[in-house]
Amino acid sequence: MMISYPPEILVLAAVLIPFIGALLIPVFHRAPNLREAVTLATAGALFLTVLGLLDPVLAGARPEAMNIVVVPGLALAFKVEPLGMLFALVASALWIVNSIYSIGYMRGNDEPRQTSYYVCFAVALGCTIGIAFAKNLFTLFLFYEGLTLSTYPLVTHKATPDAIRGGRIYLLLLLGTSLVLLLPAIVITWELAGTIDFTPGGILEGKASGAVIGLLLALYAFGIGKAALMPLHFWLPAAMVAPTPVSALLHAVAVVKAGVFTIVKVVVYVFGLDTLRGSDQSAWLIYVAGATVVLASLVALRQDNLKKLLAYSTVSQLSYVVLAAAILAPISLIGAALHIAAHAVSKITLFFAAGSIYTAAHKTEISEMKGIGRRMPWTMGAFAIGALSMIGLPPTAGFLGKWFMLTGAMQTSQWFAVGVIVLSTVLNASYFLPIVVTAFLREPDDNPHGKHGEAPWPIVLALTATAIGTLALFWLPDVPLALAKSMLER
Amino acid sequence: MQHVKTFIGHYNYFITIFLMVSGLYIVIARGNMIKKLVGLALFQTSVYLLYVEPGKIIGGTAPILDPAFKVYSNPLPHVLILTAIVVGVATLALGLAIVARIHEAYGTIEEDEIFAREAQE
Amino acid sequence: MTRIDVIQHLPSLQVVIPLLGAVLTAFLRRGTLAWGLAAVVTWLMPVIAGALLLQVLQDGPISYHLGGWPPPWGIEYRVDVLSAFVLLLVSAVSAVMMPFARRSVAFEIEGDKQAWFYTMYLLCLTGLLGITITGDAFNAFVFLEISSLSTYVLIAMGRDRRALLASYQYLIMGTIGATFYVIGIGLLYLVTGSLNMVDIASRLGSASVEQFQPIVVALAFLTVGISLKLALFPLHVWLPNAYAYAPSFATAFLAATATKVAVYLFLRIFFSIFGVAISLDALRVFDVLLALSLSAMFLASILAVYEQNLKRMLAYSSVAQIGYITFGLSLANQNGLTGSIVHLFNHAVIKGALFLVLGAVVYRAGSVKLADLGGIGRKMPLTFAAFVVAGLGLIGTPGTAGFISKWYLALGALDKGQWPLVFLIVASSLVALIYIGRVVEVAYFHPTSEAAEKASDPPLNMLLPILALAAATIYFGFFTELSAGAASKAAQALIGGLK
Repeated sequence: MMISYPPEILVLAAVLIPFIGALLIPVFHRAPNLREAVTLATAGALFLTVLGLLDPVLAGARPEAMNIVVVPGLALAFKVEPLGMLFALVASALWIVNSIYSIGYMRGNDEPRQTSYYVCFAVALGCTIGIAFAKNLFTLFLFYEGLTLSTYPLVTHKATPDAIRGGRIYLLLLLGTSLVLLLPAIVITWELAGTIDFTPGGILEGKASGAVIGLLLALYAFGIGKAALMPLHFWLPAAMVAPTPVSALLHAVAVVKAGVFTIVKVVVYVFGLDTLRGSDQSAWLIYVAGATVVLASLVALRQDNLKKLLAYSTVSQLSYVVLAAAILAPISLIGAALHIAAHAVSKITLFFAAGSIYTAAHKTEISEMKGIGRRMPWTMGAFAIGALSMIGLPPTAGFLGKWFMLTGAMQTSQWFAVGVIVLSTVLNASYFLPIVVTAFLREPDDNPHGKHGEAPWPIVLALTATAIGTLALFWLPDVPLALAKSMLER
Repeated sequence: MQHVKTFIGHYNYFITIFLMVSGLYIVIARGNMIKKLVGLALFQTSVYLLYVEPGKIIGGTAPILDPAFKVYSNPLPHVLILTAIVVGVATLALGLAIVARIHEAYGTIEEDEIFAREAQE
Repeated sequence: MTRIDVIQHLPSLQVVIPLLGAVLTAFLRRGTLAWGLAAVVTWLMPVIAGALLLQVLQDGPISYHLGGWPPPWGIEYRVDVLSAFVLLLVSAVSAVMMPFARRSVAFEIEGDKQAWFYTMYLLCLTGLLGITITGDAFNAFVFLEISSLSTYVLIAMGRDRRALLASYQYLIMGTIGATFYVIGIGLLYLVTGSLNMVDIASRLGSASVEQFQPIVVALAFLTVGISLKLALFPLHVWLPNAYAYAPSFATAFLAATATKVAVYLFLRIFFSIFGVAISLDALRVFDVLLALSLSAMFLASILAVYEQNLKRMLAYSSVAQIGYITFGLSLANQNGLTGSIVHLFNHAVIKGALFLVLGAVVYRAGSVKLADLGGIGRKMPLTFAAFVVAGLGLIGTPGTAGFISKWYLALGALDKGQWPLVFLIVASSLVALIYIGRVVEVAYFHPTSEAAEKASDPPLNMLLPILALAAATIYFGFFTELSAGAASKAAQALIGGLK
């Protein structure tokens, strides 16, 4: 077995490893094979390090690391708690898969500037781990902005006018909301509570009146633009100009999950469920999140571009998590945590499939994909599994989170939330199932570009792995479930 | 009556203020760069008066330590203003030098003509 | 002379050494030699300033009697935490920039004039350090004029003929500002009979009972006069052209130091003289200052967004950043003032880095027009990496020095119960995001332009100062003992003295 290091060192290592990787990658600029080996080794090392933290955290330890006091009140410090553990685990595991996929995709499509691509990717992952393990709002905010900045060059990677425009929206919306809304929220929190550490049970209990709580909640909910709550969601479709692996890992997993993760953390560890329930100021969030779920699904229904459709589906799915958090029932928060993991694995599968089709057949529109499942059975098979998970059907991971959320909503008699979940399930089915049907059952058009088969093997390997993960999470949900439950212990 | 007396008694200050304001006015209103500098010099000179006047006491002498002299004028303002005069001269000289260079570069020292020329390019 | 003597005389050496250096430099012919002398002098300055700061932190304020004449009769050099902090800021930033000067100045200024350039630079440094160290209000005027006159010459040495116009314009406005300052000091002298700042402050309280009006008029003259010097909106009109057409090194030096020293004088007048004697709140000066600061933060930033010449863009950005500094000042509480003073420091580092980058761009590509710089970020990777880092500092993203300033300013606003101001602070940093982002887009994602084609990172002695300042932008985002720590102590001393 592995030698067990003290968890404190592992925390520090987990945050630093991706950044060290980012420094090493450009050294091998001229040797692509070696460069990719460094990426894979970094990803592997990160995953093992994070995994090494799992047992201690499950056993109730909350390892901390580093404590640089910048100015009184602002400290750069890390502390691992269950939800962050879950997020870090998901992100680091999927980074390995995504790196394998990236190699196939970037080489298959002959993309330029691959070194800076891998560097930015590693930095983005480092920031993600930083967000997951942040001990306080400042550390979280620091890496939150770092994540936006490090993914900006990935969004504009193609350097086409479209990509530049997409990047502009991406940067303005994400940095803008966080600077204009999230930062004041943090400042006000510090002024009210005298601390910005994440504390079980919250830090604002008895510190602020109902109206102030309501205002703060609004600042956080919209300030965390990465959660893509409507009407601040349109950066996500704009970011789809990025190469597909970026959309897959960052805009289905790391970046967007960082958003909802932050919202859950703020609800649980800054406000505290009891404080929010007592203040009676959070009902509006249920409506905003619910509206986002339904409206984004409706927009997705009308998309022909596969990646755009997936983006709107992500917007909708993210708001499930916000909805679950806003319900304020412990069981729905467990659902939220599970959904973060489940949606990550399934959505990355769907993006992998989209990228696979683009690499092998150079197709981006759904209407062009008639019968493609016959040529690319692995790809579309995985796509079908991912789609089922999006709808929330067993035996896929998506079922679990939805089940807990629905239970929570019913327990607290939030009938609006129940309605939203049921309605959106119907909507999800009505835009995902036709794709599967088109791919497998419709006769293909005559292909002017000649025959094509499956995508390069790294791509197929990666998407098969995540599809299996989607199924496995349904049968073996113990670890995420245990983490989600211990998140709520005071 | 008292007010009129105070007014007349402080006539020197009003001269100072008049010079000050006219100097500033010339700086703002004139487009000719040399005239602007003249206004500026006038403006600065009025400040010398502002300092020197209150130092002078009618009937006072230079501060000589001798029982024969009881009333002194304050010498400090004079010293200060000596410094200020040096600064003023330096500023004027530098200003004129720059104007000379501007004339070389643009062939005119009228501000509106220069700006019109810049706008054309 | 024994060692102890030297330490005792550090305050005067801080001013005398650069002054003598300036005179010596004037006799030199060769530019490289002049640079060498200026560099040695400049590098001595932070050593002295650092020693002074340590001494002040340990033993409290230093009072140095020039020529042995005790205050209030003689001229007193007074070093407290605030002045030592500003001394260190000015001298350290100049010292870091100094290696950059050699090639940049040799490139932009004709051979026989280079020695004059360094003479003027050293005179300017003398003036700036003098303003900061002196405790005598009239002496401060003399130093103000020394620094101003040399600044006019520095600007006029720019390659473009518009530099002459900019210099002339600044000369007119600067002289009006300085004269306003003397009028204000003159009125104070009439009322109190003293020129020593500490002495004026102690006499002003009792004088204000009978002669309130002349004091208010004095305050008005001083405020307007110094506001002209520090380019407080709307008295900033001289600044964009001056910064745009001055030689690159002069721009970087002035942007990092000159306005900062003017702000220092502002702080002294407001908090060490008037604030001690009378209640400034009653005069509502701070309300006016707040309104002007907010206008600067937004209007100047918006002007920066539309500016095509990058030097002018950064100049407008400087006006906006000065708005931040006076914003914190107008809050007049511990956190606000700390934010103000720490931003003096942070902005000096950040703007210094940005203007040096532009200096390197001039050196390599010959233009600072945005349209000429497509793809230059790919050709000058390290230089533009520094630009991005410093740009982030300007926006105030966490992990950079700019964030620390904004944090304190926001806290200051909240302490005053003015939470809407918090949103205004962050909203104006969003405008900074737009003008920095615009440059980043062109530099990295546009097709390579003709001017950029032949560009590459500058030689090491230009590159290192840029990278050092960029690194400092990040360093002071995490380790703030020297910046926010000292600033907070200085603010405490100022607030503690307020009536």
